[in-house]
Amino acid sequence: MLETFILIPGRTTDQGCGVSEGKFKDRYQNAIRALQVAPGDMTRLGLAEGDRVRLTGEEGQTVEVCITAAKKEELPEGLLFIAYGDISSRMMTGDTHGSGMPTSKGMEVTMELVQKAVA
Amino acid sequence: MTSGSTQAHAPTPSIPGELKIIQDATCTFCGCVCDDIELTVKDDHIIEAKRACILGKSWFLNHSVEDRPSCTIDGNPASLEQGYDRAAQILTHGKYPIVYGLSDSPCEAQRVAVSIVDWISGTIDTTTSVCHGPSGMAFQGVGEVTCSLGEVANRGDMIMFWGSNPAESHPRHFTKYSLMPKGMFLPNGRKDRTCVIVDVRRTKSAKAADIFIQIKPKKDFEALWTLRALAKGIELDPELVLRETGVEFSVWSDLMDRMKACKFGVIFFGMGLTMTRGKHVNSEALLALTRDMNAHTRFVAKPNRGHGNVTGADNVVSWRTGYPFGVNHARGYPRFNPGEYTTSDTLANREADCAMMIACDPMANFSQPAREHLATIPYIALDTKETPTTRSAAVAFAVATYGINTGGTVYRMDDVPIPLRPAFASPHPSDYDVLTAIEVRVKKILGIT
Repeated sequence: MLETFILIPGRTTDQGCGVSEGKFKDRYQNAIRALQVAPGDMTRLGLAEGDRVRLTGEEGQTVEVCITAAKKEELPEGLLFIAYGDISSRMMTGDTHGSGMPTSKGMEVTMELVQKAVA
Repeated sequence: MTSGSTQAHAPTPSIPGELKIIQDATCTFCGCVCDDIELTVKDDHIIEAKRACILGKSWFLNHSVEDRPSCTIDGNPASLEQGYDRAAQILTHGKYPIVYGLSDSPCEAQRVAVSIVDWISGTIDTTTSVCHGPSGMAFQGVGEVTCSLGEVANRGDMIMFWGSNPAESHPRHFTKYSLMPKGMFLPNGRKDRTCVIVDVRRTKSAKAADIFIQIKPKKDFEALWTLRALAKGIELDPELVLRETGVEFSVWSDLMDRMKACKFGVIFFGMGLTMTRGKHVNSEALLALTRDMNAHTRFVAKPNRGHGNVTGADNVVSWRTGYPFGVNHARGYPRFNPGEYTTSDTLANREADCAMMIACDPMANFSQPAREHLATIPYIALDTKETPTTRSAAVAFAVATYGINTGGTVYRMDDVPIPLRPAFASPHPSDYDVLTAIEVRVKKILGIT
């Protein structure tokens, strides 16, 4: 049984600067493609910096993304963080629950290892 | 000159090789709309942006003139005239045309976009719907006890941030408006203020807080109603409060005592509320708490708005149609219904059959079902930069950057209108120019004189 996490996409400085530099350039692309995981969760699950994981959402939507350790205490265990961008959007469903706003934060996802980082 | 033209404040000509200084330029990257920036301009690019934050510097220094066609049709270079004609054909031939975006355009251009939608009986929506749209719904239900950022700087002695991370999204918020300024009634600046931050994670903003409260994810509604109950003097079960919010009852009780004791409290709230389950009811809870607090002291609330003129989009669409976003004109008069006429829905439900995307990037920011449908319909895109949305557009216009190449008016996040002071001219048309040209052709096709 895979463990469920709560995914919180949000703004970061690098993502914001990257928008101005250009969305096809490295700064933006690097910013939106790094999933932050709490250090405690990484230790508990045997994950390491750069490992590739698969996230699966409530409607079966999936993405694969490389992980990075969140800065100490910034992220409590059980939460995942990623900067707004293509990957976070792929985890959103089309339903807005009558509000016009898809649920874009607080998404329940499962996480499984796909590939270990090359040492 | 056309009334409302963004050329009313055209940039002063540059002399090749010489430096030009622009005083009090306005940054339109985020909703803070800082209007005290000093720009140093050389030829067609900005080499320095004094007083700008890290996001503002990146905004100013990376918007040089891009050497690419002002218009492409199906990915191939085309003349602007060809682009205007094709855009008007797309918009007038659709049965369910939608126009979306607008939060990085000046008010003058937004006004023209609403007119086009009116002519074609289409649906207009802004990026507000995926930002503070739920708060817009909450304003209608609860009302908004509010003030300007100037009042916050001069009076706010209790500054709260809920579900918002200004250290990364609005880097000058603390220093220019909310925490650091020495105000008329706060002569010692930061020392005279208490800062409280409520969030589900310890963001970079948390370092600025006197009190940081980390609540359980998706429990904003419960936490806000805990405070509402305390404001009303209603007895609560401490164990239940802890279980629901993840925070000891004593912490909430202490916070409420401080809130009641302050002279001028402010709650800035962000998308931690509006994007999380509950959405508009989360915002309603916060606005209702703010209203409740006025039985004890002066308290106001303000959403921290993201894009430079998203607040202008709310204002312009409101004074043109009566509603702030998600407005449908199919029956010849405006109807407002978030969840039906909002762009995430009209695309994901596969209803829209053509679109115009103005200064926005749904191909990067929308749900996969919405993106998949957008890829199947003809659409027009206007943007200063190449984006996933412009690359897939039937007609794409590379437009001049507002506030850097063109003038006009934008609204700061507190609904204060601010003029733009452009730095240098662009060979690309402004979005006002493009939209005005498209409107002329739309009216011609529809036989409107």
